[in-house]
Amino acid sequence: MSTSPVVAHQASVPAPAFDLDAPWQLHPQVSVRPERFGALLYHFGTRRLSFLKSRELLAVVSELDRQPTARAACQAAGLAEAELPAYTRALATLAAGRMICPLDTTASEETQL
Amino acid sequence: MTVAAGSLVQEFRYGLDAPICLTWELTYACNLSCVHCLSSSGRRDPRELTTQECQRVIDELERMQVFYVNIGGGEPTVRPDFWELVDYATAHHVGVKFSTNGVKITPAIAARLARSDYVDVQISLDGATADVNDAVRGPGSYQTALRAMRHLADAGFAGFKISVVMTRHNVGQLDAFKTIADSFGAQLRITRLRPSGRGADVWDELHPTAAQQRQLYEWLRAHGENVLTGDSFFHLAGYGEGLPGLNMCGAGRVVCLIDPVGDVYACPFAIHDSFLAGNVRDAGGFARVWRSSDLFTELRTEQSGGACTSCSAYDACQGGCMAAKFFTGLPLDGPDPECVRGHGEQALAQVGHGTVPRPSGDHSHRGRDRRPVPVSIGPRPPVLAGTGPAETGPGGTGAAVTMVARSVPARGCDESPLAGFRPPV
Repeated sequence: MSTSPVVAHQASVPAPAFDLDAPWQLHPQVSVRPERFGALLYHFGTRRLSFLKSRELLAVVSELDRQPTARAACQAAGLAEAELPAYTRALATLAAGRMICPLDTTASEETQL
Repeated sequence: MTVAAGSLVQEFRYGLDAPICLTWELTYACNLSCVHCLSSSGRRDPRELTTQECQRVIDELERMQVFYVNIGGGEPTVRPDFWELVDYATAHHVGVKFSTNGVKITPAIAARLARSDYVDVQISLDGATADVNDAVRGPGSYQTALRAMRHLADAGFAGFKISVVMTRHNVGQLDAFKTIADSFGAQLRITRLRPSGRGADVWDELHPTAAQQRQLYEWLRAHGENVLTGDSFFHLAGYGEGLPGLNMCGAGRVVCLIDPVGDVYACPFAIHDSFLAGNVRDAGGFARVWRSSDLFTELRTEQSGGACTSCSAYDACQGGCMAAKFFTGLPLDGPDPECVRGHGEQALAQVGHGTVPRPSGDHSHRGRDRRPVPVSIGPRPPVLAGTGPAETGPGGTGAAVTMVARSVPARGCDESPLAGFRPPV
């Protein structure tokens, strides 16, 4: 196979919108386990696993709860401006899988589970 | 092609600090005597871990951040402390998915299970009709399983699993299994028959034919993400397009088995001294076995593909299942006995009589005919069509760096928790 299924999948699905300037948090039902390559995330509600494939992304996710916006979390994690688009896509993917969620909608999400 | 993603696959091959999930057979006691039982269950082992010892293991799993365990047996629900242990695990942030034949799933238990986000249930069913199921699992087992499913559905437990071991007699029932699952709002999960435990005795006559393997592969390709497989059919990737999953053997790398007496094996299908890494009762407990046992350390080094490396399918199938090879007498660096290129059949023909390793430990009921008598009882007709939850997730590649893999349906976890994960190639 010459093409990556992940890339192919990505190409066929538009990247979900993600508001970098909104407050975000790790979903309360998500557990994070740091690993050499980054981290494993497990959502106890959806019973899904995700992989963070870099320590930098783990740093961003860890900062979400402490920073007023996702953009501030990226800055606190030491990301350069040029890196933001790639990390925004990564955060959008995590949001789509409910691994992270907007700060103010947690309660309503939990009641759906 | 992303370098970062490729290295992630390598990370899994070289092992993780803790398993992503693991299988824990809580007891060898079972009310049934399924002819293909992977753990040769039946009678309780008197050395079984006590309640307190089980709780210490759960404490360790919590410290290691093992997200959840797949509990099986035997029939785990016949342990008097089973529900106590489930509660203890979930209170300690270790999720539970347990496999059962349904014997203890009363309406009250079903209601209790439906209330917990941290418990998932998997009902075993090996025939979409009573005759096919009961020939393998024993008289009455079909009715028991369907009654349990009805109780779970009535209690509002959405998305419980119906787990099917694929045999020569039920490959043709795949659509019927899916209909049953849909009728209960459940999700179908199908796994591969291994020549493990009592399965060694019946593998020759029950494993799917070559034509059925192809049929199974095409069916899985058509149903994709809605049917879970525990990544157990990765040997079928040799047909061409891989099925969802990592297509690697996770034994001792990302998964393992703890048996009822605390022995830790590389995988649930490898109960044999050759794959025994240690015991949770040893000094250092489970963590030491996982992190530094000689066997697991060895499994995390580069494995030789042997004769298979010259085959064009090797990159896809990785030589297949270690346990399937071992218990059919084939070399671990040779082809899988069900190699889709036919190399397994040739290799099997050369295996000498009496040279095939026997599974360790037989807990089968004594003085009982192991072969259940086939009976003819009509199945309850499916009443309602629905769809299982689609467990797909968006990809997560950046242009220069891949940081998030697809969300993986962890519910598929059994032998491999990576079912549904498509590694970038």
